[in-house]
Amino acid sequence: MNDSLTAVEQEFLNPAGIGTDDLSKLLESMLTHKVDFAEMYFQSSRHESWVLESGIVKDASFSTDKGVGVRALTDEKTGFAYSEEILVPALERAAEASKSIAQKGHSGVVKLASSKGIKPLYSDNDPIMSLSEEEKLDILKKLDQFARQMDSRVTEVIASISGVFDTILVCASDGTLASDIRPLVRANVSVIMQQDGKTERGGSGVGGRHDYQILTDELLKQLAQEAVHQASTNLQAIDAPAGNMPVVLGPGWPGVLLHEAVGHGLEGDFNRKGSSAFSDRVGQRVASELCTIVDDGTLPGRRGSLSIDDEGTPSQCTTLIENGILTGYMQDKKNARLMGSKPTGNGRRESYSTLPLPRMTNTYMLAGESDPKDLISSVKKGLYAPNFGGGQVDITSGKFVFTTSEAYLIEDGRVTSPVKGATLIGNGPEVLTKVSMVGNDLALDKGVGICGKDGQSVPVGVGQPSLKIDELTVGGTG
Amino acid sequence: MATPDVSMVEHPADELDVKSEIDKLQNVGEELIKLAKAKGATQVEVGVSKDIGLSVQVRNQQVETLEYNRDNSFGLTVYFGHQKGVATTSDLSDSALRQTVDAACNIAKYTQADQCSGLADKELMATESMDLELDWPMGITAEKAKQVALECENYALGFSDKVSQSEGATFNSHRNIRFFANSHGFVAATPSTRHSLSSVLIAQDQQGMQRDYWYTIARDANDLESAKAVGEKAAERVISRLGGYKIETQKAPVLMVPDIARGLVSNLCAAIRGSSLYRKSTFLLDSIEQKIFPDFISMHERPFIKKGLASSWFDNEGLATKEQAILEQGVLKTYLLNSYSARRLGLNPTGHAGGVHNLHVTSGDMNFCQLVSQMEKGLVVTEVMGHGINLVNGDYSRGASGFWVENGEIQHFVEEITIAGNLKDMFAGVEAVGNDLDYRSSVLTGSWLINEMTIAGN
Repeated sequence: MNDSLTAVEQEFLNPAGIGTDDLSKLLESMLTHKVDFAEMYFQSSRHESWVLESGIVKDASFSTDKGVGVRALTDEKTGFAYSEEILVPALERAAEASKSIAQKGHSGVVKLASSKGIKPLYSDNDPIMSLSEEEKLDILKKLDQFARQMDSRVTEVIASISGVFDTILVCASDGTLASDIRPLVRANVSVIMQQDGKTERGGSGVGGRHDYQILTDELLKQLAQEAVHQASTNLQAIDAPAGNMPVVLGPGWPGVLLHEAVGHGLEGDFNRKGSSAFSDRVGQRVASELCTIVDDGTLPGRRGSLSIDDEGTPSQCTTLIENGILTGYMQDKKNARLMGSKPTGNGRRESYSTLPLPRMTNTYMLAGESDPKDLISSVKKGLYAPNFGGGQVDITSGKFVFTTSEAYLIEDGRVTSPVKGATLIGNGPEVLTKVSMVGNDLALDKGVGICGKDGQSVPVGVGQPSLKIDELTVGGTG
Repeated sequence: MATPDVSMVEHPADELDVKSEIDKLQNVGEELIKLAKAKGATQVEVGVSKDIGLSVQVRNQQVETLEYNRDNSFGLTVYFGHQKGVATTSDLSDSALRQTVDAACNIAKYTQADQCSGLADKELMATESMDLELDWPMGITAEKAKQVALECENYALGFSDKVSQSEGATFNSHRNIRFFANSHGFVAATPSTRHSLSSVLIAQDQQGMQRDYWYTIARDANDLESAKAVGEKAAERVISRLGGYKIETQKAPVLMVPDIARGLVSNLCAAIRGSSLYRKSTFLLDSIEQKIFPDFISMHERPFIKKGLASSWFDNEGLATKEQAILEQGVLKTYLLNSYSARRLGLNPTGHAGGVHNLHVTSGDMNFCQLVSQMEKGLVVTEVMGHGINLVNGDYSRGASGFWVENGEIQHFVEEITIAGNLKDMFAGVEAVGNDLDYRSSVLTGSWLINEMTIAGN
């Protein structure tokens, strides 16, 4: 048994006087119904946030959440119940409720074996304890100070930091017994800027599976600089163009394109049900041959990374599209079993009170060979978009959108006027076939991505090199 | 109709002894306020939410997911003078609640004094408690929920051959107790229920697949649309999306159906919210008593509607809610302020901590078809995508789909386009509001005909 499991077991099981034998028995009690798979997921979370506004740290909160989710699977059916009490009677009640999905009159034996040799991708330091409260306040005051010093047009600064310390233990009738300790921090700054009666906003953020020590003065300055730059650029912005045109996307966060255009459509559940525009398309060309896209949960310290997923499967690097050909889907245990494939470490859930689903981790496109400058200079009239807000996709029709937060016109091969925020719309299975140039400047985002699906939010990462898309619909007014 | 294929737990999922739960919460609340005060807090606020219920989803006439929900949340806000601390927990055990009080008090030692922080003034607390008929438990069992979902999906799949598959029909039923107390002596507890039924479908033709849905939601299950109506409406909607294509980039009138139009009402509410105003981050700064819509549009808040989805006699700070005009003949009559933002702005709070309590937009006398024919040529928008709304300057740019209208008649489905404009112009450019009210939201409105937006397509 590895060290982390012992510590985690102590946290969840000792106070209730539960041993691993009791876990096996509880799982076996669920197999008295015709259940293919039974699982218990214990979770304990601590979360804090601190917010500065108008120069003072006026809001702060701390929250704790603890409980266990009990799941039973039979064929395509799922039974689910959860409890905030980690005590045998509560576990029995939840097990009873979830197994009611299946018929009575069966039996099974569960032998739990703790997973060995899984290398943690992040430290088990509690970020909340990694700095004193005074030091946390200091970070916020610096963000405020840096932003205001950089530009006198800044009229308001809102800065925030948050830390999460999450501990999980998962055991299942397939013998899984695994635990993970997950730190997560984030810092954000948003500025309001005024000039000549015009007001604009700019924002920036950073985060990852670390403690607060990553927030060095240098990094805080960079965040403030980005927020100020964005607001200042948007103050000069003219109306964005409307219609189809070539679009050059910058490296890093614009990879939200990949997340929306192809990522969601390659999640196992949609493909099992045949409801994705990418269903039954493995082996087919869905992108230009310049495009190779992976989902990689194994990058140390990244926001979307996981040592194990929420079903106890070690995370991995899954190639989704290789040289333009669709090679695979992202799977959790349920959908992998029903599709006759293997779980890929993508079974994720927001908390013990929600069901695991196939979800992305860090999704990005590998670097190409072009000089990023050449992407711009090859465009006569188009849009250059180095920064985005969020996006959304309809995985069935394949239509997806994402909205620029910083963009410029390209005229005769040169970046010219900044333009106002505009939504870009395209068709997932088509858009990457129009990628004609891929830069050699692969970058991952700064670690602020949140992905929503079925009402559940999980932290994710995205990334890409600069990309030239020959035609995309730009939703401006000009 | 399939026969029951599983032996689900038979006891009702909304069984809750409301009276004893409320008594218990009241005692706990009082005790924790005392405890926080003993630790030096000058003001305290306690909020608890207990939620129980179930959700059954069927797909292809089989149960896909059976989910029992049981959620607790407890939140405490303390003020030490003007220093504020907040702590929350899902664990309602004695020891966890005490730790939460400690955590909130500890945080308040470090936050900085903000002269505007603190509970709302005592004399503003609501005093007249009201029964708004929000609690309608239906004794729901998993078996009963399954039958409703199966019936709904059955009607949906049987509606037309063009419906190629179901993405699921779901019946949800939840019962909640919301408890709120503060150190002014204000105490309120509201039990309420929420039931909903939805159907999501996929239709397919040579061009590919389309997905659409319909749902119904109500406090009282008797007020839900029938399983047949929900299934058939979802089917009708998804089929209508087949055979669509993109249109040319152009400027044209836009007719937004009620569930899209009410998104604009939410944008309006966000833009006149206290926090947007004191941050000067809204395009509607200093717009009180200004005309922002045409004469024929008024918006009234109706907090006391029986069974209303957002009905409440007190707001999230314990202030009395009231019937009031937000917009009268196109003129903005009030901002939406909680006590903090009111103090920042030097104004009086308006009872809007936590938002608006049912907002009714005055409707005209045209139905949807009449609006289509009045538009003559333009775009009916039935779906928007993405988050392209900038409340600082009012810029609006979102993905959309819907139907192209010519000669006052719907021609074909349109997708993969965007609609863009500025909210200020869009508000001023509303030409008509239909009488096709959608009752599924706390914002009650018909369709909106807007004079012009930019459509980006081919």
